Amino acid sequence: MNHPMLRSRRDFFRVAGFSAAGLALAACGVQGQKAAPPKADAVKDFWAKQTKHGKVVFANWPEYMPADKAPLEKFKQATGISYEYKEVIQENAEFFGKADPVLRAGQSLGYDIVVMTNGVQLQHMIELGYVTPLDHSQLPNFEANAGQKYKERAYDPGNKYTVPYTSGVTGIAYNTKFVNEDITSIESLFDPKYKGHVGMMADAQEIANFGMFALGIAPEKSTEADWKKAGEKLKAQRDAGIVRKYYDQNYIDAVSKGDVWLTMAWSGDVFQRQLAGEPVKFVVPEEGGTIWTDNMLIPKNAANPVDALMLMDYLYQPAVAAELDEFIQYVTPVPAVQDLLREKAKAAKGKDKKALEEMIDSPLMFPTEADYAKLHNYTQLTTQQEQVFNPIFQSITQA
Amino acid sequence: MRRLTPYLLALPSWMWLAIFLVVPMAAMASVSLQTGNAIDGFAMTFSFSNYSDALGRYSTQLVRSLLYGGLATVAMLVIGYPVAYWIAFKGGTRKSVYLFLLLLPFFVSFVLRTISWNFLLSDNGILFGTLKGWGLLPEDFHVLATTVAVVGGLTYNFLPFMILPIYVSLERVDPRVIEAAQDLYATRTAAFRRVVLPLSLPGVFAGVLMTFVPATADPINAQILGGTANTMIGNIIQTEYLTNLNYPTASALSFTLMAVLLVGIFIYARALGTENVLEAAAR
Amino acid sequence: MRGTRLLHIYTWIIILWLSSPIAVMILFGFNDKKSKSNTSWQGFTLRWYAELFDISDLTVALRNSLVIAAVSTIITVVIGTMLGLAIGRHRFRGKGVTNFLVFAAISTPELVMGASLLSLFVSGNVPRDANTIIVSHVLFSLSFVVVTVRARIVTLDPSLEEAARDLGATAWGTFRQVTLPSIMPGVMAGAMLSFALSIDDYVVTSFVNGSTVTFPLWIVGAVKTGIPPQVNVMGTLIFGIGVLIAIGNAVAARRRT
Repeated sequence: MNHPMLRSRRDFFRVAGFSAAGLALAACGVQGQKAAPPKADAVKDFWAKQTKHGKVVFANWPEYMPADKAPLEKFKQATGISYEYKEVIQENAEFFGKADPVLRAGQSLGYDIVVMTNGVQLQHMIELGYVTPLDHSQLPNFEANAGQKYKERAYDPGNKYTVPYTSGVTGIAYNTKFVNEDITSIESLFDPKYKGHVGMMADAQEIANFGMFALGIAPEKSTEADWKKAGEKLKAQRDAGIVRKYYDQNYIDAVSKGDVWLTMAWSGDVFQRQLAGEPVKFVVPEEGGTIWTDNMLIPKNAANPVDALMLMDYLYQPAVAAELDEFIQYVTPVPAVQDLLREKAKAAKGKDKKALEEMIDSPLMFPTEADYAKLHNYTQLTTQQEQVFNPIFQSITQA
Repeated sequence: MRRLTPYLLALPSWMWLAIFLVVPMAAMASVSLQTGNAIDGFAMTFSFSNYSDALGRYSTQLVRSLLYGGLATVAMLVIGYPVAYWIAFKGGTRKSVYLFLLLLPFFVSFVLRTISWNFLLSDNGILFGTLKGWGLLPEDFHVLATTVAVVGGLTYNFLPFMILPIYVSLERVDPRVIEAAQDLYATRTAAFRRVVLPLSLPGVFAGVLMTFVPATADPINAQILGGTANTMIGNIIQTEYLTNLNYPTASALSFTLMAVLLVGIFIYARALGTENVLEAAAR
Repeated sequence: MRGTRLLHIYTWIIILWLSSPIAVMILFGFNDKKSKSNTSWQGFTLRWYAELFDISDLTVALRNSLVIAAVSTIITVVIGTMLGLAIGRHRFRGKGVTNFLVFAAISTPELVMGASLLSLFVSGNVPRDANTIIVSHVLFSLSFVVVTVRARIVTLDPSLEEAARDLGATAWGTFRQVTLPSIMPGVMAGAMLSFALSIDDYVVTSFVNGSTVTFPLWIVGAVKTGIPPQVNVMGTLIFGIGVLIAIGNAVAARRRT
């Protein structure tokens, strides 16, 4: 028994023995959670039983609330509800990965409001029944002040589960030091002239939309055949060496330094760089751009749903929304904010005045009707469709 | 009492590893054989085909990861050994200071290090921009988004994990032994090869283990520094797990990766001539 | 001797190479930036030093990271050194399995480790907080300490300890006066590695943190809207304090000799 291989093999089986014990533990599998759509009275019954607890826990992304938390402080004064604000969300996929086992086990996340971007993870949250349906009778400010666009979102019709926190647009950013023309068309991303200097996004939904825009396909109505066509278009773009890299978030540094000359980009990022005086421009291509939204939702088993609902609604008061948007500098779902900021700019002086004026005039913070007309949502996918859709685009971005 | 000593010494770690590693691993082994999807649920079907499917789809990325991990490990060994050698023999009273300085950059978040590297290595940045301005580099020269950047990033990020264990085993060697060896073998090279190198092998083994394995599994360097054809297996596991919610494939890939690494370490240990292979794994 | 001098210079080059991104980080802690993004140089200011603790969540995150790194390092070093001693010095049943597990812990992809630990905590109904982060950090640092300590022990001559015992020293006395001093370099190296691993960890922590935020977690989240310069300043202070400790040590060592 002293032969090294023999000894180690025996050890190996000993470990395998341990594993078999665990296997028995987990052999029953992971239970399905597919939620039936809630019945209207069930929702009503649920809310009828809830009461205000004087406390709310808000989970959000970093830098999505001014450091002094003024909007939350005012909420506290107005309602007597104390708050805990936690900057615990870094990434949608990771957040879902973390929330899934907790909610699956029927436990509470410990948050009453969570902010997630529309996309596969949010869709999974809703499908798995992890989101509490909202009681719209308690959302008067939302009804009165939210822009029409933010009430008709394909991923959550009728705002049954979510209300928008802030939005952004995916379009093209380009560095004016290296690109000597006005970019207007998505075709520029496929132009061999820019070989090796084009950035695309790695996210399947994001890149799929741009492939489809280039082919004149509306993502909302796309079919499997469309995805394959878009896939081929994007694969050809990669194989021709036009794409330098598929980016997650760091494309913005790359384009502002000129590592890539033009790239798919989020509006808010580009706006920040413009304020910093960097030579970047943003355009929604004439073929179309993508609008995405970070949404507030109440997770299943939240301890203080009524307080959460009150806070959600409070953030839809135009004055509060204006204060938030001035800090976040993305697109607010409350159109009245633009006028409020305009009034504020009149009263302001010097540097503040200039910054405010830049915000008001920026199509990146306040898209015009013409801009909105070009904007599309992500493709809506069922679980089955996802298993077709994801490999088509992931095989391009993760070769 | 003396016979109980090793068990008592090992007990806390055993408990830690048993509860926090073995139990989750067993659960993961189970998941890797299930089928289904996250919405309708997964059921145990003992589908070993999860492994062959995953391997079939992602063999390119797996092989690439081993290659990058291997290249980076060799680079670390070549770069790191002389540093460990010098600190161990010539560092004098300041040995620990040098080691500390080598590790200090890693106390600051990887995000900041990455952003800084992107700044330094930018195509038209402080380094390459200047050289291009002097006409020393072609206009299209770039390092970011290439294989070199990924392997370089791995080398940079794991280098201290190579240097420290080599130092730890070299530091034990009495400099007088080397002097004696030099007298005996006449040349420095021979003295090094016959005396110092063999004495440092436990450290080299530990260093390789602590760098090759995590470097091969690392997703971050490929994600940040790579281009369109540098995806590593760590990235695939991440996507399968977090984006696709394909837990069985992600688990199967992880086990495959671990098995391949284990086999690699076996072969390496045998090549080193270690008597007991698994025992060597801890050296 | 010429070779030695070259190696000396070489060592400093490597140290400088490893520290080069830190220089950029320090520089941008002084950047008088006009927008949220802190990536292009716009003038010198000391403002961010004055406003260092203005972002309360960031301050808390840094404090959490330091505490978690310190506590997990202590635990890891103690139990890891014990296991290293057991493997390096003794023969016992289950040694092969132990070696295998130590290896398995290093080779587990971080994401898998994080996700499976979370499932474990959830099924055991363990609330996720700083404690679960510490437990997880100990798990992934443990192998590094064991392997490093072990690399030291196998180069030692066991006859020294036997001699000590023959001279009548107790087991504890032998350990404290003979074994521990001779393995100390390995223990210290292991401690430094484990501190670095803990304070810089993102993936595993992001699964088991519950609502406790650490420094890397906060920064990754802030990438979306722009990392505030206070982060650079905090990084600068960590680095600066480290350098001061190093200088202090070097001076103290010189005095002693």
